[in-house]
Amino acid sequence: MEVPILKQGQYLIASIQSALTDADLSQLREALIAQVGRYRARGVIVDVTALDVMDSFAVRTLRDVTHMARLRGSETVIVGIQPEVAFAMVQLGLTLKGVATALDLEEGLAFLNQQARARVDHAR
Amino acid sequence: MNTKDVTVTKGIVRISPMLAAQHPPAREESTTAPLLSELVSHLRESRTQLREEWARRITLAQLLTAMSEDEIFAEATSVYDNYVEALATGTFEALQAYSRNLSERIIPRGVETHEVVGIVLLLRDVMARSLFAKYHEDFTQLNRILDAYEPAANRIANTVAVGFVQERERIILQQQEAIRELSTPVLQVRERLLILPIIGVIDPHRARQLTEQLLRAIRTNRAKVVVIDITGVAAMDANVANHLVQTVEAARLLGATVIVTGLSPEIAQTLVTIGVDLSEMATVGDLQGGIEEAERLLGYKVLPLVEVGTQS
Repeated sequence: MEVPILKQGQYLIASIQSALTDADLSQLREALIAQVGRYRARGVIVDVTALDVMDSFAVRTLRDVTHMARLRGSETVIVGIQPEVAFAMVQLGLTLKGVATALDLEEGLAFLNQQARARVDHAR
Repeated sequence: MNTKDVTVTKGIVRISPMLAAQHPPAREESTTAPLLSELVSHLRESRTQLREEWARRITLAQLLTAMSEDEIFAEATSVYDNYVEALATGTFEALQAYSRNLSERIIPRGVETHEVVGIVLLLRDVMARSLFAKYHEDFTQLNRILDAYEPAANRIANTVAVGFVQERERIILQQQEAIRELSTPVLQVRERLLILPIIGVIDPHRARQLTEQLLRAIRTNRAKVVVIDITGVAAMDANVANHLVQTVEAARLLGATVIVTGLSPEIAQTLVTIGVDLSEMATVGDLQGGIEEAERLLGYKVLPLVEVGTQS
């Protein structure tokens, strides 16, 4: 199933609606990296609220998206990881090191806005 | 209820081969039946006298001190009747149910296991003595009566004691569960700031429960910062420490920062000695420091009212 990617201001929002196959995940990664450049996005939010399982491939793909998007000038934040999923992930050692996370979409947007402000402050 | 019945039955099954070994020939089984009924009628005849004797001996031995004499006599009567009934019918369900019921009533009053075992053994003794008194002239008959009496009496004593211990264990389990529930509060001290004070021993079961509770609380309270205070934790091993690290990471996946406070010198030494990697964990000396740090992260600044007045 293809994941819809919405443009909201300077940010891209990918909202995962159902369990994804490895192929779907790869496709999501490519689409996001391409669109970051096309829309000159400053931030990417991946919403995983609907997922009740996260395997190693999904975690690796999300981490790759973060690093790739950063290389193209965009911050990524993963939002909506369920408590049970979070606990299962750390038990499997899948901790998403170096990847920003937030409680939900609202928090994710707040995080990206704050990052943008920090950048502006830094530039001054 | 069901599992309890099964264990009790198991206990009896485990014992019966031993009893069978003492009385190997099947022929004797058939001869015990009339003896038992003779025994039962004797016990029924001397009911008043024997249970009074029993109650007197209970008081004398200073058992069941938590109960009044009248209560002891009333319970003694019921136990006596149930006891004789179990001897007569050879079925123990009624006695089992009664001993469970009795245990439920007397455990909250502080009656100990040794007292229950003691009174059952006393009854056994009182009955045996009355048999001696009755048959002391006919030694062979006394022997045969005792052969019939002993196994059944043992089983009865066993049933009552096991029932009592099981009831106790059930209550202990229940209380452990209650303590667990009580001992892990997740408290919100400010908008988006939770504290989790941990007190006592952390076993793997409790550690897991703590984590689940914390993660759920982070979600429902939309927390951004969590302070875990372990001042009240006396010791920590590698498993628990690793679990703590996992909890911190899981909380981060939900977008919350965790600050751990109140590591005692002993715990700090253990953790470094056993080489748990705590580089990912933010730690602050005490709870106050932890809350101050959390407020800083959330953008709060706490000032005394006087200073606020001079500023404005």
